[in-house]
Amino acid sequence: MRKILALLVILTLLISALPGLSQDMVELRIRWYNDGNEGEVLRDLLDRYEMENPGISIEIDTVPYSAILENLPLDLAAGEGPDMARVTDLGGLAEYYLDMTPYLSDPAYWEDNFGPFLNWKRLPGDMSSIPGFMTQLTITGPFINRTLFEQAGVDVPSDMSDQVTWDEWAAASVAVAEALEIPYPMAMDRSGHRFAGPAISSGAMYFDDMGHPTVMDEGFRDMAERFVNWHLDGTMHPEMWPLSEGYAGANEEFANAELVFYMSGSWQVGQFSEQIGDAFDWQTVPNPCGPGGCTGMPGGAALVGIASTEHPEEVAAVMEYLASQEVLGEFAARTLFIPAHAGLSASGVDFDTDLQLAKDSLGVFVGQVGTLEQTAFDLQAYGNNRTVFNASRDRLTQAMVGELTLDEAIARIQDDIDTALAEQG
Amino acid sequence: MRLLSILDPLTRPILLLLVTVVDRVLTPIQRRIGIDKMGYFFVLPNLLIFGIFVLFPMLLNFYYAMTGGTKLFPEDRPFIGLGNFDNLFDCGDFLSPNSCQEDLFWRGIFNTIQFVIFQVSGIVLFSLITALVLNRKIVARGFFRSVFFYPVLLSPVVVALIWKWVLQHEGVLNAIVEIFGGESTRWLLDPNWALFWVVFVSVWALMGFYTLILLAGLQSIPPELYEASSIDGANNWQDFRFVTMPLLMPTMFVVLVLALIRAVQMFDQIYVLTGGGPGTRTQLLVQYIYTTGFASQIQLFGLSAAASMVLGITLLILTLLQLRLGNQSSLA
Repeated sequence: MRKILALLVILTLLISALPGLSQDMVELRIRWYNDGNEGEVLRDLLDRYEMENPGISIEIDTVPYSAILENLPLDLAAGEGPDMARVTDLGGLAEYYLDMTPYLSDPAYWEDNFGPFLNWKRLPGDMSSIPGFMTQLTITGPFINRTLFEQAGVDVPSDMSDQVTWDEWAAASVAVAEALEIPYPMAMDRSGHRFAGPAISSGAMYFDDMGHPTVMDEGFRDMAERFVNWHLDGTMHPEMWPLSEGYAGANEEFANAELVFYMSGSWQVGQFSEQIGDAFDWQTVPNPCGPGGCTGMPGGAALVGIASTEHPEEVAAVMEYLASQEVLGEFAARTLFIPAHAGLSASGVDFDTDLQLAKDSLGVFVGQVGTLEQTAFDLQAYGNNRTVFNASRDRLTQAMVGELTLDEAIARIQDDIDTALAEQG
Repeated sequence: MRLLSILDPLTRPILLLLVTVVDRVLTPIQRRIGIDKMGYFFVLPNLLIFGIFVLFPMLLNFYYAMTGGTKLFPEDRPFIGLGNFDNLFDCGDFLSPNSCQEDLFWRGIFNTIQFVIFQVSGIVLFSLITALVLNRKIVARGFFRSVFFYPVLLSPVVVALIWKWVLQHEGVLNAIVEIFGGESTRWLLDPNWALFWVVFVSVWALMGFYTLILLAGLQSIPPELYEASSIDGANNWQDFRFVTMPLLMPTMFVVLVLALIRAVQMFDQIYVLTGGGPGTRTQLLVQYIYTTGFASQIQLFGLSAAASMVLGITLLILTLLQLRLGNQSSLA
């Protein structure tokens, strides 16, 4: 009986001591989404950090990408956000970011290595805050299924010219699809961001002289008309844009060799390496050209600290670890992401893949950085760019199904942008 | 009975304890407020829940509908009176959505009206037929009752995904059509087919629930009435017309009101099945409210709240109208 009592006393003391232990432990939460294996890689890197820093525990809350776009802004507005988050609406959420400058041991490192991309995450007029770092730089661009071209006996246009137009790619893709009875000659991610590159190549300016966003120019109309018509004549995947709400991709169709030409972006390389491997020859080709250039859109995702965190010092410490050249280099190598880090760009990343197709693809995307037009960078840096992108996406879809004429659709895009910006004040 | 007698020595002390505790708590309250007001005391928890989770959000929604801007918290939002309603109702021609400032709101309204008419009619008609069949003495009646009820147990998202798989271009339906020599069709890309399938899938998914209600209504009709009508020489149609339908009418009104409310609120199933497309052909008003308030970069909570008020008021009017008609019909 005495032994049992003694045991109970010890147990009680131990249990009462536990809260004391847990009070010393800082728990940080990261809101995260995955394109490929980056969640696993991040967990692995954080496990190492936690081993070296036993007072910090980091939980990754993995959510669908749509939750990052739709739910995270509400949580942040309500002050219920996580400590850190992976975001793509870089400028749109800037008011909620933590300026980590006072907590960083070497702010100059961040300016030196992430300088060109810090502005994307800052509010207008802010030239100094350090809210986070890009987990990857993305470039939009097309993938082709080269094996299908070979089987169809159709020449790959980019083999014959450095400057292939959209019309030439469309004609070649249709020829391949018809020869092999492939269901979809071309597809583009259902995204205004993806459409913006081709539109700028066609001459779209996206901003007027006062810096206000506009789509009322011939360049935008030219690409929009081409794009709508391609949906009507079956050149583009006819269901993806009209039958979706929000973002939609054609990854499955491309991986299943049901698609010849897929306009997407560099973040797909890791996924295609996993899904397709070398089952067929997939390849990234340079962005098609028009009178406005041969541009895609830059973009990417960033890991940012959230201002409402109760542990800004710990957040900054974790960020410093993840943004260090060594750790970020490993992250890029293992995820096959293009790093947005000056030091890594200079030294290069030895991507962790034996697949030559993936290495070649990444090489093409990296080479595309130099061909991006200034308008593309300006649009990416514009804080309300998703308003422009979403209006373009939704109204052009209405034109595809005949609810609006093309001119009505373009007028509605402009109206949607103006109304939303006026409401924002 | 035997089980109860076994359990009795166990349950009796527990029940006695419960009664004692409840008595100790309630008796002083009853003495204090009087027996007449005890009813209020008993409904108080429910009223609190209703107040916090229904009434307060409704009032908050009303306030949001009168405010503008993009801030989340009410105190940060400027009061603009009926400005959001002005925007919603700013139309050159109410029958032409393209002439309206908020064209998507009006497309949502017209789509909702069409969907409700077809879907509610379909539900009432097919639920009634199914209930009449399942009320008869047919082989494997219990099995069929389960089969018709089974889709109700599925999540709307699961239902939509299954049917998306059936209806997609490379889907099961086109495979069957091709076996019989037909040409495959893009079922969800054609605006009229898309509306048809959206209605069809929701009728399929919900019909079992309403069938069950109607079945209960049919079984509550006294069999003596059918015996009497049989003696009078009534045939099956006359049985249905003069006995079944009049006595089933109150249950039919319940089904009608429930189906109508559910149809106007429809969102998740269509969102997954068609995304509101092609274009906005199957985008109902609820999806407009969601997109305007939550899925845009610049979230227009005020406009979204105003649209949801229009929806709520319309629903209230329709329900009251139906109840009134139902009462008149019962009295007649």
